[in-house]
Amino acid sequence: MKAPMSWLRDLVALPEGTDTATVAARFTALGLTVEHVTSTGPDITGPLVVGRVLSFSDEPQKNGKVIRYCRVDVGDELNDPASEEFPASRGIVCGAHNFAVGDLVVVVLPGAVLPGGFEISARKTYGHISDGMICSDLELGLGEDHDGIRVLDPSLGAAVGDDALELLWTQDEVLEMEVTPDLSHGLSMRGLAREAASAAGVGFDDPYAIPMPENSEAGQPVVLESDRAVNFVALTIEGFDPAAPSPKFMVDRLVASGVRSISLPVDVTNYVMLESGQPLHAYDAAGLQGTIRVRQAHEGEQLRTLDGVLRDLAPDDLLITDDSGPIGLAGVMGGEATEVKESTTSIVLEAAHFDGPSVSRTFRRHGLFSEASKRFERIVDPGVPYAAARRAAELLVTHGGGTIRPEYTYVGKVPAKHRLNLRSGLIPAILGADVPVSDSIRILQASGLGVTALGDSLSLEVPTWRPDLRDPYDIVEEVGRKFGYDRIGRSMPTPPPGGGLTRRQKDARRVLAAVAALGFTEVLSLPFVSADDVDALGVAPDDPRRKLVRLANPLDDTQPFLRTSLLPGLFRAVAKNTSRSNDDLALFERGSGYFDSGTPDAPRPDLSQRPSDEELAALEAALPTQPDTIAAVVTGNWVTAGWDGRAVPADWRHVVAFAETAAAAVGLRISRVNDDAAMPWHPGRCARLVVGELTIGFAGELHPEVVRAYGLPARTCAVEFNLGDLLAAAPAGGTIAAISGFPVAKEDVALVVDEAVAAADVRAALVEGAGELLESVVLFDVYRGDQIPDGKKSLAFAMRFRAERTLKDAEAAQARNAAVAVAAERFGAVQRA
Amino acid sequence: MSGPNDNFDPKRVAALDPDVVNGFVEAALAAVRGASTSAELKQVRIDHVGERAPLALANREIGALPPAARKEAGARVGKARGQVSQAVAARQEELAAAELAQALVDERIDMTLPVELGPQGAVHPITALIDEMCDVFVALGWEVAEGPELEAEWYNFDALNLGPDHPARGEQDTLWVEPPSAGKLLRTQTSPVQIRALLERDVPLYVVSPGKVFRADEYDATHLPVFHQLEGLVVDKGISMADLRGTLDHFAKAMFGDVTTRMRPHYFPFTEPSAEVDLQCFVCHGESVGNPERPCRTCRSEGWIEWGGCGIVNPRVLAACGIDTDVYSGFAFGMGVDRTVMFRNNAPDLRDFVEGDIRFSRSLLGGAR
Repeated sequence: MKAPMSWLRDLVALPEGTDTATVAARFTALGLTVEHVTSTGPDITGPLVVGRVLSFSDEPQKNGKVIRYCRVDVGDELNDPASEEFPASRGIVCGAHNFAVGDLVVVVLPGAVLPGGFEISARKTYGHISDGMICSDLELGLGEDHDGIRVLDPSLGAAVGDDALELLWTQDEVLEMEVTPDLSHGLSMRGLAREAASAAGVGFDDPYAIPMPENSEAGQPVVLESDRAVNFVALTIEGFDPAAPSPKFMVDRLVASGVRSISLPVDVTNYVMLESGQPLHAYDAAGLQGTIRVRQAHEGEQLRTLDGVLRDLAPDDLLITDDSGPIGLAGVMGGEATEVKESTTSIVLEAAHFDGPSVSRTFRRHGLFSEASKRFERIVDPGVPYAAARRAAELLVTHGGGTIRPEYTYVGKVPAKHRLNLRSGLIPAILGADVPVSDSIRILQASGLGVTALGDSLSLEVPTWRPDLRDPYDIVEEVGRKFGYDRIGRSMPTPPPGGGLTRRQKDARRVLAAVAALGFTEVLSLPFVSADDVDALGVAPDDPRRKLVRLANPLDDTQPFLRTSLLPGLFRAVAKNTSRSNDDLALFERGSGYFDSGTPDAPRPDLSQRPSDEELAALEAALPTQPDTIAAVVTGNWVTAGWDGRAVPADWRHVVAFAETAAAAVGLRISRVNDDAAMPWHPGRCARLVVGELTIGFAGELHPEVVRAYGLPARTCAVEFNLGDLLAAAPAGGTIAAISGFPVAKEDVALVVDEAVAAADVRAALVEGAGELLESVVLFDVYRGDQIPDGKKSLAFAMRFRAERTLKDAEAAQARNAAVAVAAERFGAVQRA
Repeated sequence: MSGPNDNFDPKRVAALDPDVVNGFVEAALAAVRGASTSAELKQVRIDHVGERAPLALANREIGALPPAARKEAGARVGKARGQVSQAVAARQEELAAAELAQALVDERIDMTLPVELGPQGAVHPITALIDEMCDVFVALGWEVAEGPELEAEWYNFDALNLGPDHPARGEQDTLWVEPPSAGKLLRTQTSPVQIRALLERDVPLYVVSPGKVFRADEYDATHLPVFHQLEGLVVDKGISMADLRGTLDHFAKAMFGDVTTRMRPHYFPFTEPSAEVDLQCFVCHGESVGNPERPCRTCRSEGWIEWGGCGIVNPRVLAACGIDTDVYSGFAFGMGVDRTVMFRNNAPDLRDFVEGDIRFSRSLLGGAR
């Protein structure tokens, strides 16, 4: 809402000396936030005066132009003295020819600065001293017209030497305010004036306080056929002069309010709308056929609106119709056929109250946002249509002539004023401030409420222009914002003991801290993907990652789905980094995946009470599965080449370390199983990650096809697992065994097994066979070569045995042999000599 | 070696002559002085203190002397050996000290060489700030509540007093799941978590809920379609705007030092009364206002920074969750986490938050190594 200060001051008598900044600060403190204060008028400094052209001579130039050397009288104070050649005047060279001797023009004199920083000085041009400039609309910032200079209309009553700034522009300040959806009265000057008066502690006389008259159908016949049309006032003006211009004050205020001046009838309806908050519509009475009926549209009906568009109407649309059919979308836009034209001499003014949500749906459906529809959406004062119509009619006849027909039409009614009771103690209790009841009453009365104190309760009658005041807490806010939020004190409420982070929340933090300490950098990516992103992962047709949730209104039509894997987003981050020459990368992301599990529609339980357990369960069941997921990707070097050694390329071990570090951070150990069929990984370089019996994800080098499809650096490695599953498996405490101080017994074994046998399985066999004496077993060498048959490998393990006594050599050897025996039995492992 | 002299027959053993013994000592001491390394001294020890040393051999000759002479010779040789041993030990200490001093010089390393044992990891500044914000409230005994990002319309709108025709609903640029009639969307705010907390937990209730939120918004330097909020909710007996104000001030001080907050009336469907909360500028503390000499880029010389929204929980919201509004009242507040990172860390461009450039996430590690 743009509120010109001059208009505001017309409506409320602010105390002497109240400046614009004070008014703006008060509005902001009331919740009508003033975002900017702007000045109307041109960005011109220096002398800009009215001049009369005394004479001129047209002088053709070599460049083909014909310049006009003029003598212009700019008033005694600014003229050059009279000479033999010229009377008192100034010499000015002008390129335009659209004026005659004797015309009044706008002259800018040396020393002035025009919009855009254009400084004026006396200069020699085309053989003359040009001592100023005759201005066009464009130069003045008044319009786009640069074809000729501005010739002043004699009716303006301007005289030579007058200040053209005052003549052409109204200097005004404009408050640009953010009006929140609840304060619909803030979309009217009278509503703002009431707020300003209340804040300044002065009275307010509402110029729209005229009550609605008796119902009457004496004027334009109107029938309301839908309960979405609450009331309708029609006044008829006859003998109107369609050529009459809009008065300057009106045009100035409309322009300052951001509304274009069009014609007197349209300007008047807009002016009264801005002032009263009530949208109005002017019909050409000659175009109306018979009775106006307000009804909902029939299926298949059409209307050509003012903007020339033929629109298909929906049964939900509220229409203004006459005997010819639809003539307007109620509260949104009129029809072409009944538009006020240059020939219109009889006007029917409509001021009606339509259902806000209905208007809202219609203007959104047709994409027809307007100042009128915005006001209807936020609910207009249902008590103001007659006063607004009356004011508009009077302005029309004042400035355009004609008469207001005494017969008016008013059908429908004004809904009864809302009443509520309020415990007066609620106001200080909720505000947490010591607001006396008397203050509350005074504030509410200034807001226009009828207040009756009954014991410890207040009986309130809410005026029609405050549809936002419904509940006791609305009243608390009304008092609070006018009492002043800055007068509220500060206290700290005390929660019951036992809060804080849950173990799962702490564990999640540990995981992130641990992988970051390991060297991984967290990134956040947008969760939107295309079907191609999933195809590029190479996953099977029945893979759950293809169960994509589609958005109805995606930001980017090429990415209409939500991710089921974090990897495409990480791959995009890799591409972004490598394009910026960040080539050594260890990135991770934690976030939700979204799997369309074919869930039913979400119910919308009634709001009057807590939903039933069944309803809550149905709400949960409707939502897609959204696993808490974590993923990482590495490429380039893990350690770059440096003074201390060669580079360590990032490889599969680093993504495995990511998973194992995450698990260790919450007291878990991941076991790995070679997996040759998990996309998007390399079939020979992928580990399935298992916690207990549960597979939580995969880690390894990416499949070369995936690397190619995503344009990743060769040998990029990735890991992705269900963090939620990991956190759920985390043990509450864990066990700390007694630490033996007795000496260790060491035994190394080298076992020859088939290539296909997994080292982890051999190790598990050794652990199982070695029994309780085993303290640790570490694989320290993998050998393939001359001494080993083809297709085999030698795995060398260092085993350490220890007990609560000094072990005899034979005991350790026996345990080792038992371990080897299990490996031999299970995998045909043969001990190397 | 001479044989034992049992019959006290005066007999002369040359090796035990005082002059000879003194000679051995002189030679040994000269050798000790001449040793310039521990290794040389070791040889000196072997030569002059060891079993084959002249003094050791002389010592064995003592038995060849008549008993009356043995004592004197024994004392002489013993003293000589002690003198040599001491000299060796003293020299050993000298040499060890010198050698250690030399080693400390020789082993010097340029400890300013870069150390890189692995890459430099970091959590995202958003993650770090969310944890920091939550910790302010965890320290007070509040809980942290979480909820799904893909949410039911009922939780995101209806239960928050945003009915189907509510004008504020259209302003939120909701990303709907296809088909929209299924009533599912990407949450536009973390407020649905408040509803879940109200339904799942008992009152008194003190929770913060951080998380991702989604809007069909522009993607530019100051707008992201996916960003983060942190909301707080308290429901207890006798909760007032003063409690809200005190809590916001505590939060501001914990995050930004000695600053305060202010509330400006505003509108949110789920709170009544509602307010916007501004943070006093933690850089200039308002001193840049009207002072062109000291402009402040953090608050654009306005003295206050828009931080979020807040208010008293609308009783309609509590009622929809089955809470007795005659007994309980509550407050709620919410802030943009991304915006907070922007003004707190001078981050100029929101797109950097989601493009994944490692340099962004590493911004707060104190510089590259």
